[in-house]
Amino acid sequence: MPDTALDEPVRRFLEILGPGSVITDPVRLRTYECDGLTHHRTSPGVVVLPETAEQVAAIVRVCARHGVPFVARGAGTGLSGGALPRTDGVLVVTSRMRRILSIDLPNRLAVVEPGVTNLAITEAVREQGYYYAPDPSSQQVCSIGGNVAENSGGAHCLKYGFTVNHVLALEIVTPDGDLVELSHTDPGYDLLGAFVGSEGTLGITTKVTVRLTRAPQAVTTLLAAFDDVESGGRAVSAIIGGGILPAAIEMMDALAIEAAEAAVACSYPEGAGAVLIVELDGPSPEVAHQFAEVRRICEENGAFELRVAADPAERAAVWKGRKSAFAAVGRISPAYIVQDGVVPRTALPEVLADIERISGEHGIRVANVFHAGDGNLHPLVLFDDDEPGAAERAELVSGRILDLCVEHGGSITGEHGVGIDKSRYMTKMFSEDDLATMQLVRCAFDPEGLSNPGKVFPTPRLCGEAPGVRRGAHPLVESGQAEQF
Amino acid sequence: MDPELIGDCVHCGFCLPTCPTYVLWGEEMDSPRGRIHLMGQHVGGTPLTPEMAGHFDACLGCMACVTACPSGVRYDRLIEQTRAEVERAHRRPLQERALRALVFRLFPYPRRLRAMRLPLRLTEGARRRLAPRLERISPSLAAMAELAPPVPARVRLPRRVRAVGRRRATVGMLTGCVQGAFFPQVNAATARVLAMEGCEVVIPPAQGCCGALSLHSGLPEQAVRLAERTLATFERAGVDTVVVNAAGCGSTMKEYGDLLGEDRAQNIRVVDLSEYLAEIGPVATRHPLPVTVAYHDACHLAHAQGIRAQPRALLSAVPGLRLVEIAESSICCGSAGTYNLLQPEAARDLGDRKAERVLATGADLLVSANPGCTLQIGSAVRRRGAGPIPVAHVAQVLDASLRGLDRAW
Repeated sequence: MPDTALDEPVRRFLEILGPGSVITDPVRLRTYECDGLTHHRTSPGVVVLPETAEQVAAIVRVCARHGVPFVARGAGTGLSGGALPRTDGVLVVTSRMRRILSIDLPNRLAVVEPGVTNLAITEAVREQGYYYAPDPSSQQVCSIGGNVAENSGGAHCLKYGFTVNHVLALEIVTPDGDLVELSHTDPGYDLLGAFVGSEGTLGITTKVTVRLTRAPQAVTTLLAAFDDVESGGRAVSAIIGGGILPAAIEMMDALAIEAAEAAVACSYPEGAGAVLIVELDGPSPEVAHQFAEVRRICEENGAFELRVAADPAERAAVWKGRKSAFAAVGRISPAYIVQDGVVPRTALPEVLADIERISGEHGIRVANVFHAGDGNLHPLVLFDDDEPGAAERAELVSGRILDLCVEHGGSITGEHGVGIDKSRYMTKMFSEDDLATMQLVRCAFDPEGLSNPGKVFPTPRLCGEAPGVRRGAHPLVESGQAEQF
Repeated sequence: MDPELIGDCVHCGFCLPTCPTYVLWGEEMDSPRGRIHLMGQHVGGTPLTPEMAGHFDACLGCMACVTACPSGVRYDRLIEQTRAEVERAHRRPLQERALRALVFRLFPYPRRLRAMRLPLRLTEGARRRLAPRLERISPSLAAMAELAPPVPARVRLPRRVRAVGRRRATVGMLTGCVQGAFFPQVNAATARVLAMEGCEVVIPPAQGCCGALSLHSGLPEQAVRLAERTLATFERAGVDTVVVNAAGCGSTMKEYGDLLGEDRAQNIRVVDLSEYLAEIGPVATRHPLPVTVAYHDACHLAHAQGIRAQPRALLSAVPGLRLVEIAESSICCGSAGTYNLLQPEAARDLGDRKAERVLATGADLLVSANPGCTLQIGSAVRRRGAGPIPVAHVAQVLDASLRGLDRAW
């Protein structure tokens, strides 16, 4: 439905960008109706494809002047609906902002535009012996701007940390259209830290300065097959408990292995109820020593087959099964929900048993893929969307898994973000006061609530509006610690 | 358009960076994921708008997305069905219709193509001078003039080439349309290499088009007719294996089962030349060729047939030959069958991108296993004024090595 409130902004966008970069045709607009999470769909009011930071700033200024909400989108691979557009709003797509602006190896950093893919950064410096450490499974597709918004992780974040640990500075467009630089060297509040992971609610990233990491001297990847996830889980706890910090420890259960086999023929050991991928990296002697330890621990915990990837090609083969696991599930199920939750590592066996029980109760299969080292679960809830009621049951199972995570002292999201999908679960983790405090941060950046509204927070609220059911002033305001905008 | 095949797409986006038009334009509608979404819209009742048709037409059909897709979406099938639907439901502007009629009445007919050889040869200089002026009238005609190669002397192939030494197999050989008309020396080299590796080569005269161009352009009826005739030709020749040296033809012929029914197609096994040579293993002696070769992955070989390792292995096995990789090797050069004639601007941008990366390798020779790619990259290199870099087929490099020649391209 063409929204006449957008007529004037669209005219301005055409002046700023030209006709080739403003999409208003309804058929074309619909291709932007969702990101990687497909069960929330909304056709955007208008899509703009800027090529420079100045254009983004000009677009946002138009939005601010007309009170039009805007949503940023990179490659559209997000799994929490963070880039879900609005019919009354503007979708700012950064897919044409994909230049690597500079590479500074002596200082180990690169400056890139937000549409550059995560993997493209690594590819640009690989020959010189460097790489960009965070590696979400979608790294060959997902944009660095999206990584910043979601504080994306990946298999190797166990040792190297998340996006926030690898972003040194950002250029952002604030919700009123100013171009601002945030740097890790700024004195005072860590605004850079606040912005990374803010899921597009504090503004749009237009330039990212990333840390480059020296490629390790040695890398060894081990694939261990277990009879069941419990013994795999015990091995994980024993490895970390033994003081070893692998670059990654990943686990897949039988169903996830089946999907990966069907998709990429990864040839994991036959009959495995679970596989562990353990990657060790660092100086050669250290890796060799740790490798012997890991091997011993796996065997002690019942690994029936151990494979070592000897070269990059073999390592890629081991990882291929894991990295393609999400989409590969499409081979064994017509539809599925990718869940993302966190539990304490020690609670893994118990939580996995509970997931199995819930799955059985509702007749909904759950495949498990997870970053075992940091307790980040990715249960894949499988269902047939043609079967009446199946989607609802899957949604229920998916929600109950999050309940389990919270009950065990974990979190409703490890790395996919809250977005639109999990905003309703925020109240399970946070009290009204917690959420109100977060809202104050949001309001400091975006008092009009135009930047990706409706995401993260369970109930959309304007700044200055009394939050929740509470009457009277916010406790922080009352105590003189905060001021409402 | 099969709704089930459309439903297989889980919208993960892994195809985006492999899609040449997404690489060029960065728009969802010109990515495989976006095009599948458009197909879904049409199946769901949205009429096929000219905008929609434009995004389908802009797809090169390179199949890089099929390689990249973890969910196993049959985009190749989907785009074939979609192109047929576009031909049915969409009325193209007059100029476009005329151009397509010209292309589809010329290229799938080897005899008509051969008839073009003399006028092309006579007008070689004039053509190149004319190309810039043609650009204003029709970019497609300009592209055609620019792409047409210098026409080599006609090579007449015998009906049967005897195996050198002990005969290990008897195989049929497809001569192809563009390959036969413009690169007869590649066919000659293919026949010699096969013979020197111990194969008796049967080359039925008067072979027709295999149907690839029609199938990839939404003309399934023409494709079925041509495929049927091609199969019959080789059956009459009494072979059960047909070796193909053009990637586009090979990929289509491998799908005859889908086109004509598995029963109809089961008598003939289709193999690519590199695939076949790797399979039977070498017997002939390789002589040294001191040359640096950049190998170009033809989409219909790498993506559609999954053949990447074999040609590289064959080339690397030649003593003295140094093989270098081209950056972004999985991105299409823009040739894509008739794409460079029907979508000349996008094809030109992709050609330029490819030429830049080919030249950056510093190789003395570019090896491509598809005549369309050879024409496209050759003309892009010429356009940059940097070349000409010689372009040869794998068969020609092997032929030179087996015969102990300095070069044969």
